[in-house]
Amino acid sequence: MSFVEYSDFIQDGDVAILYLSHNNVMPVKVQQGAQTQTRYGVIRHSTDLIGQRYGSKVTCSKGWFHVLHPTPELWTVALPHRTQILYTTDIAFITMMLELKPGSIVCESGTGSGSLSHAILRTIAPTGHLHTVEFHQQRAEKVAEEFKEHRVDHLVTVRNQDVCKDGFGVTGVADAVFLDIPSPWDAVGHAKVAMKKHGGRLCSFSPCIEQVQKTCEALQDQGFEDISTTEVLLREHDVRTVSLPLPDFGPDPETTEEATPAAAPNHASITLKTTTLPREMPGHTGYLTFATKPRT
Amino acid sequence: MADNGDDDNQYRIKEGDYVVLKRGEIFKAVQIQPRKKVIFEKQWIFLDNAVGQLYSTTFEILSGGNLKPHELKDSASPLDAVEAGTDNRNIVDDGKSQKLTRDDIEALKEKGLKGQDIIKKLVDNHATFGDKTEYSQVKYIKKKKKKYENTVMILKPSCRILAMMYHGREPGKICHLRYDTLAQMLTLANIHAGSKVLVFETCAGLVLGSIMERMGGYGSVIQMYPGGGPVRAGVESFGFPAHFHDTLHEFPICHVNALLAGTLDTSAKDPTAENADEKQLNLAAEKEQKQPEAEEQGTPEEESMETNTGDDAGQDVEKTEKDKLKEAKAQVKKLRLEEKQRRLAATAALLKGRNADGLVIASRFHPCPVLLGLLKFLSPSRPFVVYSQYIEPLVECFKKLRECGGTVNLRLTDTWMRHYQVLPDRTHPLLLMSGGGGYLLSGTTVATDHSKPAGSKQAEEPAPKRQKLEDTEG
Repeated sequence: MSFVEYSDFIQDGDVAILYLSHNNVMPVKVQQGAQTQTRYGVIRHSTDLIGQRYGSKVTCSKGWFHVLHPTPELWTVALPHRTQILYTTDIAFITMMLELKPGSIVCESGTGSGSLSHAILRTIAPTGHLHTVEFHQQRAEKVAEEFKEHRVDHLVTVRNQDVCKDGFGVTGVADAVFLDIPSPWDAVGHAKVAMKKHGGRLCSFSPCIEQVQKTCEALQDQGFEDISTTEVLLREHDVRTVSLPLPDFGPDPETTEEATPAAAPNHASITLKTTTLPREMPGHTGYLTFATKPRT
Repeated sequence: MADNGDDDNQYRIKEGDYVVLKRGEIFKAVQIQPRKKVIFEKQWIFLDNAVGQLYSTTFEILSGGNLKPHELKDSASPLDAVEAGTDNRNIVDDGKSQKLTRDDIEALKEKGLKGQDIIKKLVDNHATFGDKTEYSQVKYIKKKKKKYENTVMILKPSCRILAMMYHGREPGKICHLRYDTLAQMLTLANIHAGSKVLVFETCAGLVLGSIMERMGGYGSVIQMYPGGGPVRAGVESFGFPAHFHDTLHEFPICHVNALLAGTLDTSAKDPTAENADEKQLNLAAEKEQKQPEAEEQGTPEEESMETNTGDDAGQDVEKTEKDKLKEAKAQVKKLRLEEKQRRLAATAALLKGRNADGLVIASRFHPCPVLLGLLKFLSPSRPFVVYSQYIEPLVECFKKLRECGGTVNLRLTDTWMRHYQVLPDRTHPLLLMSGGGGYLLSGTTVATDHSKPAGSKQAEEPAPKRQKLEDTEG
């Protein structure tokens, strides 16, 4: 198991994802002899997980669930939150708009809980590299530990420093830079320094429009081009079968007597498959500002 | 790892490169070919002078259609020393403000005046320009710049640029797949280097190319194609290095049933055999020959027409020569067919293990049979994603998958996207936004369970009343 390579069977030391239900996904570190308590009962790693195929069903005393191979997307919904995190919809758009692909050199700050970092690593492997900067020491240490457990540590350098003061710690190497910090405008200059001479792409994620405003001005001042701000939201459609009752207008004298009894059953209704949108949904995550650094 | 001057070569435009022309928000994918006329935004352009220049260079289009690298953008804006009004109370739309007529402007153009200078003239001859507010003046100049500036930027193609290009120019060719939806697909399907991915698309090769870009030449991509041959014009536009194409395989879906049943015959046979299967393949081979040309990106029509008329000149060829040609052609066809059979066998071998790592579907076909048919080739615990322009077929897929089991984490989604104008004191969403980018059904395969235990949660067609219960399940 690794976050950048599939394997078929669960092994000691893997991180597996227990898929309990639609909104209940939990990561588990697989260890010989260990046990994990779930809402369906206890699972024993040695017998229930190790040697089993990823995707198998695990039956407990109170129910069953599936154990899945980790992916950055499952990790995003399963990971322990140490900060506000980026979700898959924004991550997907960022990945495309930053033009990430195998071999890309990427700078990121802050690392936060590592939700985006894992997605970046998946995309730039096996030949790319991620330089991620986090100013909070415990967070930086914790995420470095996770990268190791997820077997992607060879693709990433974690630096515990303040990107606005100290930059990314690299010069002229990055194809892409991602900023998710309170004052991105203070890091735009550092971002430019970190990027390749030939140029590259930059993205800044900010929840507030005032931040966007200041960032765009800073980008313009630093000579960035093609500056554009976008918002992307996910709408999840709930698939269901509904039954719509038909009104009874009473017997229709125009129709023939024969048809009447059949056409007027008391509780006539039509059943159909349809979708509904949730009553409430996340209506804002953040504004995504993209820009191109020209050749300098 | 810092890049120094000498590896600039990798950023230089070379003859034969596939590039993207850009002006404002308009993109067009073309190949750099000597003395080849390219139409971009109603203008004839020759790209010869771009060869040897760096990617992302902006060029000026000279009269005659030749390119010249654009000098550093002059920062002097034409409205430097102009006063501005406070509001529009004195602006009357009587069409008399501009003193220059169409003909005057055309004359200026013919004199070879550059865009910048024409705009200066327009501002100078505008009676009420000074009454416009500062914001309105900026807007006016921006509008005129778009109209009179005669430049084009040459970019290296990427999934981002091509997806935006197709969405803007020819959405019909890509089943109206919006670029952010494509972005979701690539991520939801966990496309990455080293995996084995199945693709079924009728999006001109855009989806296939995007997947290949994300795999970086590692692993394998198997294009499951309908009809005579795989359509891949869009893949060309990515300009991948040759070794990327070694990772690309194809398999006709008309052989899926045979493959699953183990009755697929992949031995190379005599193409003249009266076998129905062979005939189909024969046809497929022929079609494949034609397809790349017919489906070429951009404006292939004029191109192929030109070459056709060229051929007509040498029309009276002697019969014997014609026959020889025919024979040679038949020989080529035979070799082609044998090669095709070899490839078919190789791809069948890749599929036989039923251990693919991902499945991506984006087509104009009904997704239900495609999805159910191709899911069989995935390993357990692997993601799949299906795109459809319409929601109803995906609702059907969703229900079917629930009935069959073998999948979890099913989600039916779409994305809402809008762009913003960000300017000091003038930030707001753009007035126009895309109404919809299509729908996605995504999920993860799991091991199918042969001995269904009693009280299984894998419910059959759920009754409406049991909805609540349903919700809590994968």
